[in-house]
Amino acid sequence: MRSPSSSGQKYSLSAQPQPSLRQPEFVAALLAPETAVPPGLTGPDGSPAGKRFDIYRNNVAVSLTEALETGFPVLRKLVGEAFFAALAGVFLRRHLPSSPILARYGQEMPAFLAEFPPVAHLPYLPDVARLELALRAAYHAGDASPLDPAALGALAPEALDRALLIFSPAVQLVRSIHPVHAIWAANSDPAAPRPRPGAQAALVTRPGFDPLADPLGPNDGELVAGLMEGKPLGLAAEAGGDLARVLSLLLSRNAITELCT
Amino acid sequence: MFDATRPGLPARPGVGYKSRHFQALMTDPGPVGWIEIHAENCMGDGGRPLAQLQALSARFPVSVHGVGLSIGGEAPLDRDHLARLRRLCDRITPASFSEHLAWSTHDSRFLNDLLPLPYTVATLARVADHIAEVQDVLGRRMLLENPSSYLAFRESTLTETDFLAEIVARTGCGLLLDVNNVFVSATNLATSPQDYIAAFPVEHVAEIHLGGHDEDRDDDGAPLLIDSHGREVADPVWALLDITLARTGPKPLLIEWDTDVPDWPVLRAEAGRAARALDRLHAGG
Repeated sequence: MRSPSSSGQKYSLSAQPQPSLRQPEFVAALLAPETAVPPGLTGPDGSPAGKRFDIYRNNVAVSLTEALETGFPVLRKLVGEAFFAALAGVFLRRHLPSSPILARYGQEMPAFLAEFPPVAHLPYLPDVARLELALRAAYHAGDASPLDPAALGALAPEALDRALLIFSPAVQLVRSIHPVHAIWAANSDPAAPRPRPGAQAALVTRPGFDPLADPLGPNDGELVAGLMEGKPLGLAAEAGGDLARVLSLLLSRNAITELCT
Repeated sequence: MFDATRPGLPARPGVGYKSRHFQALMTDPGPVGWIEIHAENCMGDGGRPLAQLQALSARFPVSVHGVGLSIGGEAPLDRDHLARLRRLCDRITPASFSEHLAWSTHDSRFLNDLLPLPYTVATLARVADHIAEVQDVLGRRMLLENPSSYLAFRESTLTETDFLAEIVARTGCGLLLDVNNVFVSATNLATSPQDYIAAFPVEHVAEIHLGGHDEDRDDDGAPLLIDSHGREVADPVWALLDITLARTGPKPLLIEWDTDVPDWPVLRAEAGRAARALDRLHAGG
């Protein structure tokens, strides 16, 4: 901003035409803190912009780091606040948000973590990030009316075998060769038990407005995965797992919206 | 092109909406007569954010304030994002829609900051085109907000106030005058905030913003104010508001508090201070 013109002249600020600074150059300098401030930017009285440009650099890095901290609280707890801030600094320069909706920011985090050498010794981190993304997506997912549990009970066994389930938009399954739910729970709730090694799946649902994650054994996880792919109940159950237990959980979490027979 | 007769925001205090204040707003709004939401926080498909928005919009006039449209961007506007704004406006029929004289997107990537623009004839043409497109898609007049500035462009050939007046002349948009931004920019660039207000095309102002700023120093030790929205509105900004209201007449006054968000009584008290500024005006003070 320049001072308002008191002379009433509209085109009076600059006696000489100045070369224009294009936005790509501005962005390149914005994302590279060690580089020089682009020419043509000034403080009062035409002095070089200096530290003033760093305010924009800082705003971008800090605000996106905060968005990642909000979106991945358990990941942050697992690696520590200082390490997470450094990790976020690398991540955000590689993966700026692809839209202004920050609630969606960080979809690349699991793949980033899988390839980020400093966390190679923590192979479960990508799956924890996947679970945190699923919980966030569930929070913003579309609303749906849950199926009346009586509809399932009313079916004859053969009809039940052929039935397909339609899931609420909030429902997601995160399968892992690690105890992903137990790791997430132990770092969300101090009272949760310590994780024990082994494969685990997490079922993410939103019974009301608050998302939930429930642990599933590998076989129940396989069963839910089949149901979510659209397999009929009978076929999905061939994968193993306990169909009655799974259906009871799905119904209690308002995860099913329709039964197709 | 758009209906200029639909009711706008009331000339009363409003607050920037934070979900933690939902219950308080519904039961104890105090002087608050309207709310402003950040459009990009309400673009999910469902869940609590949209349920709260629905309840609030049944009770208060709502201003939809965009922070991600990148109206000053060199690239074309993001059509998907414009369509999302249209859906949001269709859903809640807001009393106002506003965006910033700034850019925030480059190469389809969002930088999450309001970045500065040179005030040139080329920028003028681009911003005017983008505003016309927004107003076409939304089917309504939008308000454009003056930025907070930390630096200036040597290539600028227009003052900010002349730039904004020309945008209004070309597009028919209204203006959102952020008095804290005026104070921050004037301090940072060693100009007079009172002169800025005197030069501002006040007849097009449809909303006023107030927010807190932080104080820092530049490389030479000169004061450098940061538009942080993380504390009470500073006393000199309240004084500048009185000067502004004397020119504009009563306007909707928004308190913005986006970081270190306080408990409701603190925010309500700030809204109360805005109400008193409006009362002084009515009293002829």
